[in-house]
Amino acid sequence: MTRGAQGFDPKRMDVDALLDDPGTRIVVCCGAGGVGKTTTAAALALRAAERGRRTVVITVDPARRLAQSMGLAELDNTPRPVPLPRPVTAGHGGRDTQDDEDAQGAPEPQGSLHAMMLDMKRTFDEVVREHADPERARQILTNPFYKTLSTSFSGTQEYMAMEKLGQLRQSDEWDLIIVDTPPSRSALDFLDAPKRLGRFLDGKLIRFLSPAGSGAFRLLGAGMNMVGSVVGKIVGAQFLNDLRSFVSAFDTVFGGFQERAERTYRLLRAPGTAFVVVAVPDTDSMREASFFVKRLAEDTMPLAGLVVNRTHPLSSGPGADLGAERAETAADSLADAHPLAVAALRLHAERVRERERELWLCERMSSTHPEVRMTEVAAHAEDVHDLTGLREIGSALGGEER
Amino acid sequence: MNEREYGPRGGGPGEAFAGARLHIVTGKGGTGKTTAATALALALAADGGRVLLVEVEGRQGVASLLGSAPLPYEERVMLSASGGGSVSVLAADAEAALLEYLELFYGIRRAGQALTKLGAVDFATTIAPGLRDVLLTGKATEAVRRREGGRRSSGGPHRYDAVVMDAPPTGRIGRFLNVNSEMAGLAKVGPIHKHAERAMSVIRSERTRVHFVTLLEEMPAQETRDGIAEIEALGLRSGAVLVNMVRPTLLNEAELAAAAVGELDDVALADGLGAAGLDDPAGLSTALAGEVRAYALRHLLELRVRGELEDVGRPLVELPRVEGGMDRSALIGLAGRLNEQGVRG
Repeated sequence: MTRGAQGFDPKRMDVDALLDDPGTRIVVCCGAGGVGKTTTAAALALRAAERGRRTVVITVDPARRLAQSMGLAELDNTPRPVPLPRPVTAGHGGRDTQDDEDAQGAPEPQGSLHAMMLDMKRTFDEVVREHADPERARQILTNPFYKTLSTSFSGTQEYMAMEKLGQLRQSDEWDLIIVDTPPSRSALDFLDAPKRLGRFLDGKLIRFLSPAGSGAFRLLGAGMNMVGSVVGKIVGAQFLNDLRSFVSAFDTVFGGFQERAERTYRLLRAPGTAFVVVAVPDTDSMREASFFVKRLAEDTMPLAGLVVNRTHPLSSGPGADLGAERAETAADSLADAHPLAVAALRLHAERVRERERELWLCERMSSTHPEVRMTEVAAHAEDVHDLTGLREIGSALGGEER
Repeated sequence: MNEREYGPRGGGPGEAFAGARLHIVTGKGGTGKTTAATALALALAADGGRVLLVEVEGRQGVASLLGSAPLPYEERVMLSASGGGSVSVLAADAEAALLEYLELFYGIRRAGQALTKLGAVDFATTIAPGLRDVLLTGKATEAVRRREGGRRSSGGPHRYDAVVMDAPPTGRIGRFLNVNSEMAGLAKVGPIHKHAERAMSVIRSERTRVHFVTLLEEMPAQETRDGIAEIEALGLRSGAVLVNMVRPTLLNEAELAAAAVGELDDVALADGLGAAGLDDPAGLSTALAGEVRAYALRHLLELRVRGELEDVGRPLVELPRVEGGMDRSALIGLAGRLNEQGVRG
């Protein structure tokens, strides 16, 4: 299968240049659910490791298959080394021919790969223990409100993914961190959720509810009392009490969640961070990708490119030259004779149309966002089962022929 | 007056839908949940049924599917079905549901607005554990219970014959549906506790089914199996497995098997291409044989995935892959296919 270059080459995203650049420290893979983000993140990480980077990949997807494809029984909250075969081609296999830097003589840098899966409760617990004295920590960890906060909130996973990213970045054990983002309601959630959680924890309402509520709110008087009684009515007094004690314990420990969220946000904008948007070639997914590209630009976050996953390129040659309409006319002309040829022609027509739709979606993306570079990964019938499968996806990402 | 009882029916897809009034549609991201949920709503509305389709993810997926402007927080008839049937759509949103809830139960819309200013949006959507989910499921289950003649009427016919919820994906469905009991555990008393319990009683009812949308691919099928196990462990009822985007079978079994191992009769293929007047039949035959082989491999994998799904023991219902764009007429076609398979019992 060739890489069906039409529509992709002029604006091809140079994945290898991104991974090889020592200045690239964090790559965030984002996109809507079900587009293959996790696999893309793992494939990028493997490729980077085999090209000499000390790489760690954080996934949020509990799919055991992915762990197994990396030779691990399962992933947990600690980065685990992924056993890599000795690099026989020592990175050269992955080099573009134009890329002639360090092609001669210099010993290949020894890359490595670690993988972990985010456990949001454990990460949250760690953060609490790190910042609170044992007694406070116990108070927080046993509060029913905390339990739900740390396991059930839609924003917590995003927040903790960013928290973990910050920790890994600070530890400096790795020179490249690849992050898979949580399957959010929408791809944008993961940018907003940490801020939303931060804003809430620092917000007016929580200050108002907290027993140490600042004086300013007390001055607001009657209106506020009404609101307070409404809140009490809705959620019940027990709930309010748990919330209040939670907030006061939390507040003294963290000082400013908002500030913390903002620090993470700054980390994402820092030089060395690059975003890779992942999409599949259908209307909804490409629209979502388009929103994301726009949002990254608005927030001045650097977009490395768009990975269009599971495409259906046509092989070059006589097949590619036979158009859909011609194939269908030919099939019709055969009627009941030659059933095999009829089936093959109809199948071909369907494939050509599918490819046309894919290219049209990519062209539309290019015309809306001319700056976006793209690369595609052809659909595979089977899921990835081992490092070889991941490596193949990495090769496709790097634009190599297979 | 349109109240219909869907009689139980042994075996077949009908069993997965029979008697259900709330259909919760989940599935791995990217499997076409919204399309499947909309088609199911249309199918249930055939022959004069009144169906409400509730969207809870705030993505305006139904509006985008129907090519309409974003939908407001309001039940609005968006599709009509045969015999005067109709599908209303509600794009539920937690904040609006909270304000409505306050007004409905306390007549305090103004306080609600003050709450909004204070950050009740954040309160509802981010922090209050599952409050957002309680409000959303609460809204859907209220529509399930609602009867003609307003809130006080208890004996009138139901406002809707069925409610279909385009629910969160399999990764979050258990948490979403069970958050009511989590919430009920957290807020041990008070109106929201009651609200959560009421919603939960509908979700746990034997007239509620959770359907799973999947593709004939490994990961969505795996998530479907895991999801069914999770739902059943929570004491909820799984319904059917909706297999989406099914491709037509173009080859017979022998041809598939031959093509998969690269032993397609390429002489016969080249003959046929020649007979159709195409240039370079031999070269073209090699190219097309490669495509047929890829198709055969994929098809055999799909058969294996289908077999694994059948082993779960839930009825499989198929939706064909729609070529080109999805629009109303394509949705009507899908709904027809669902009815042919007996989703109305």
